[in-house]
Amino acid sequence: MKAGTNLEKVLESKRFAVTAEVGPPKGAGTSGVLKKGEKLKEFTDAINVTDNQTAIVRMCSLAGCTLLKRVGVDPVLQMVVRDRNRIAIQSDILGAVALGIGNILCLSGDYQSFGNHPTAKGVYDLDSVQLINTLKKMRDERKFICGEAIAGELPLFIGAVENPFADPFEYRVFRLARKVKAGVDFIQTQAVFDVARFEKWMKLIKDHGLEEQVHILAGIIPVKSAGMARYMRDYVSGVTVPDEVVTRLEQATDVKEEGLKISLEIIEQIMEIPQVHGIHIMAVGWEEIVPVIVEQAGLLPRPEV
Amino acid sequence: MLITEQKPMEEILSYLGGEEKVFIVGCKGCAEGCQTGGEQQAIGMEKELEAEGKTVTGICLVDFACNEQLTRMMFEAHESKIVDSDSLLVLCCGIGIQAVASVVDKVVHPGCNTVSLGGRHGEWRDGERCQECGQCVLEYTGGICPIARCAKQILHGPCGGSVGGKCEVSPDLPCGWQLIIDRLTRIGRLDRLTDVVPPKDWGVSLTGGPPTRPIKRQ
Ligand code: SF4
Ligand code: SF4
Repeated sequence: MKAGTNLEKVLESKRFAVTAEVGPPKGAGTSGVLKKGEKLKEFTDAINVTDNQTAIVRMCSLAGCTLLKRVGVDPVLQMVVRDRNRIAIQSDILGAVALGIGNILCLSGDYQSFGNHPTAKGVYDLDSVQLINTLKKMRDERKFICGEAIAGELPLFIGAVENPFADPFEYRVFRLARKVKAGVDFIQTQAVFDVARFEKWMKLIKDHGLEEQVHILAGIIPVKSAGMARYMRDYVSGVTVPDEVVTRLEQATDVKEEGLKISLEIIEQIMEIPQVHGIHIMAVGWEEIVPVIVEQAGLLPRPEV
Repeated sequence: MLITEQKPMEEILSYLGGEEKVFIVGCKGCAEGCQTGGEQQAIGMEKELEAEGKTVTGICLVDFACNEQLTRMMFEAHESKIVDSDSLLVLCCGIGIQAVASVVDKVVHPGCNTVSLGGRHGEWRDGERCQECGQCVLEYTGGICPIARCAKQILHGPCGGSVGGKCEVSPDLPCGWQLIIDRLTRIGRLDRLTDVVPPKDWGVSLTGGPPTRPIKRQ
């Protein structure tokens, strides 16, 4: 075991993992995160706390993760390189481990111009691959980037994201290989709607011999309206929503029911791919659906490990 | 005046790795002024490389290597020698190196670090190509600069926002990393993108550290 987190134990015992996501508030109130944690904890193995997602200022992920821990959730701390240099990053990691957080997800972050402070200076001192490698070095060699020693253990389970729907398609797997080389333990992917393309990507992973080296969790975004599907198709960078999905939602009499059905169908197809080790449900603003999805997908009860 | 410093010989030799035949490109503009890529330095480099057992197939000194048209014209006379080489070693600023990469489908090694553009952007004027990072990485990126052309200045691109050749930041902005991958694919050198690149020294970049060349007389 690298960190001994619940997520790591589930994945290492070869059980199909379920993770979800919570966005912290635009304020300092604690009840939102605590409530979401309470509601989701029986249905998930770990919960991500986003890090100023889409570059909009919110409570920090570290605080959100600490709140989740209070209600017995295994948190995944998301960390973007957009806002921190290597000094802040390494210091935050020490703080996270001190507070009992073991899962860290490394991301570049959405570009600052998308958020509510578009004139901010982007940092990008490290990139996401270098962040992964930094965590590995901190954990395995107990050293900072500069080479100085870290006092004591630093148990970390290192995650990253990958987008099978970004370009250039064939190259994406080479990039994933770089993340593996850098030391990543698990990957949560961008939301899968186009299962055929996702399968093609998984096949490339297998062909590159990466399947044994990293756990892949497929991203799921439940869609509750046709408008949301259209918006994601047209405006959210890196997400591919096939027209068919949009049409189905447009024609449905009960849109939410149809959205649920679509998610369940995708999960069913994904679970047939043996190299996929779990799903990551990103139901931002529709967290109530997570228990329903997990139950109807036959993924209850969550394993005790 | 674009200010450059020659990279340490060790670093240059590590770039040349298993290659035997190399063609040297110098620049009689700023690089000559900085004594990093003029005639003398090009000849000096030839001697050093030959002492290391390399074959230097030829030297071409361009008046301003950053002038892509001019570089293209100057190369015509050397075409067969260039074709016969494994790679080109370019002793000038980041813009000149990229101009060379854009006219030949060959591996192009940067011989210098660009530490300051001194307020000018070379003679290849249609956009930003170098951001004076002081630790030129064109070696790994096929002669296209990820510092100037990727919004996030990442060294292991492309990020998850690259779609259809465009950067996530704007549909008008080509993804620098897509360009890098296209070029490396074309010259058969995608293998350049397999290692994990250590964190960059931003302290030597023009905007990353303290002023390294403070103005002496106000
Ligand atoms: S990597 Fe780019 S910014 Fe840095 S010196 Fe080379 S061309 Fe200039
Ligand atoms: S889309 Fe391309 S250019 Fe834009 S930030 Fe990502 S890698 Fe860089």
